[in-house]
Amino acid sequence: MVAMAYLAAAVLLILALKGLSSPESARRGNIFGMIGMLLAVVVTLQLKQVHNYWWIFAAMAAGGVFGMFVARKIPMTHMPQLVAAMHSLVGLAAVLIAVSAFYNPEGYGIAAIGGGLKVSSRIELFLGTFIGAITFTASIVAFSKLQGLVSGKPLVFKGQHPLNLVLGIVMVGSGIAFCVTQAWIPFLVMLGIALLLGVLLIVPIGGADMPVIVSMLNSYSGWAAAGIGFTLENNMLIVAGALVGSSGAILSYIMTRAMNRSLFNVLLGGFGGESAAGGATSAVQRPYKSGSAEDAAFLLSNARSVIIVPGYGLAVARAQHVLKEMVDALIKQGVQVRFAIHPVAGRMPGHMNVLLAEADVPYDLVEEMDEINAEFADTDVALVIGANDVTNPAAKTDPASPIYGMPVLDVAKAQHVVFIKRSMSPGYAGLDNDLFYMDKTMMLFSDAKKACEAILQAL
Amino acid sequence: MNEVHAAADAAQAAHGAAAVDPFIFAFTVFVLAVFIGYHVVWNVTPALHTPLMSLTNAISSIIIVGAILASGPLEQNLATVLGLFAVGLVSVNIFGGFMVTQRMLAMFKKRR
Repeated sequence: MVAMAYLAAAVLLILALKGLSSPESARRGNIFGMIGMLLAVVVTLQLKQVHNYWWIFAAMAAGGVFGMFVARKIPMTHMPQLVAAMHSLVGLAAVLIAVSAFYNPEGYGIAAIGGGLKVSSRIELFLGTFIGAITFTASIVAFSKLQGLVSGKPLVFKGQHPLNLVLGIVMVGSGIAFCVTQAWIPFLVMLGIALLLGVLLIVPIGGADMPVIVSMLNSYSGWAAAGIGFTLENNMLIVAGALVGSSGAILSYIMTRAMNRSLFNVLLGGFGGESAAGGATSAVQRPYKSGSAEDAAFLLSNARSVIIVPGYGLAVARAQHVLKEMVDALIKQGVQVRFAIHPVAGRMPGHMNVLLAEADVPYDLVEEMDEINAEFADTDVALVIGANDVTNPAAKTDPASPIYGMPVLDVAKAQHVVFIKRSMSPGYAGLDNDLFYMDKTMMLFSDAKKACEAILQAL
Repeated sequence: MNEVHAAADAAQAAHGAAAVDPFIFAFTVFVLAVFIGYHVVWNVTPALHTPLMSLTNAISSIIIVGAILASGPLEQNLATVLGLFAVGLVSVNIFGGFMVTQRMLAMFKKRR
């Protein structure tokens, strides 16, 4: 009976993910997810070995109230931080559960005859603990970078990678020692090193690579849950963990592919640091055209079709609402307006889509890169707001460029290009963008929000 | 949903064979579930990748099952205290994760 209920819960969780295949079915999917979770919790609570209900309810209420409060209040621009913070909670919880299982194996029915833990349980505990611990601290670092608590710049120091390698070997060694001896000392050493490694692995990675990192940590939190599932011999946990693990892995793959880099290359870190910014841009000053918001408004209102390319600058300036007003004004004048989203625009997968949805932009105006790239050639004005590297034609034309091979939006093919940017400073990759110097390009130096307000005024 | 049935059938078949090691059984479920995840997630529209992350986050909080089991024993000691703490932590994710997902999904509207 219990096993059947857990199976039903697992199926509901699968249906929840399946719902996300389209915005129409997504809300129903989310409800399936809630029902699945509720079923799993209720079934677990009625097990005969579970007591202390009031304590458990109190803990759930405390966490639940806090969670709901945050979920209601959080601005959409802060979603990447929120997701990173939530990953850290899953990681920490996995560690606590593992420590608790080690302390009192009888509670889980995983004790070996004659006391102690079964060998298979020890291996599973080792895996679950170190994955959970790395997820915990790595997510905290990712959160701090996204929230701006620490600099988003990569922190690189000499001997970083050898140090991580040595720590990794010592961690695995202690883990094996724990599996053999079941002693606390190697367990705690392993746990401590895993916590430290989580920090060290993320510090060299820069802010704009966070979409990959957040996806990867999403994946880890799933594997940690599956690890706990193995320890408890609970198939539902294994299924749920495997779903989340593969989901995060696929997202990481999509993100790295969209940057034409390997996951290994992202993890090595240091990309877009000071050193990269220094070399490429020190060349001769080249002439460019800059214009006012009125000029931009004139161009836009005389266009038949406009494609808007939003980037992280839109999120930083929280310009999505005024942008929507500007778009409405243009549509009223008979201009066809669409949005082109690069997979790595923003700080997490789908970041731009959520911001535009929040501003009430209908999702059928928002297109993915592959759907819309061919249309730039037929477009009068491409308006780039707070994006840079994802439009850089060097990715196609210059084999020497660090971003060569990265798929980019074909902004250069439009009749006119307007860049809203705060200054001529290079983007994350530290590269100059030839688009800035083209005859058909107009630079509008401003904060994204102020620029959209000014254009709206002029329309 | 064919994958789900296949997984369930395979799981039952595995259970039927008397001498299957529990770990091998669990591992079978795990591998099949990874395949289900792979197929389901590739079908998720890229526009919903952020809700996908917040939803998977809530789903990975299914380890609340483990946390409840850890908090359950009548005899209270360090293990139950850690378990209760874990229950609180993942409850933040469960309630917060599903709610923020719902909030985001409610924003995705078609052109009127």
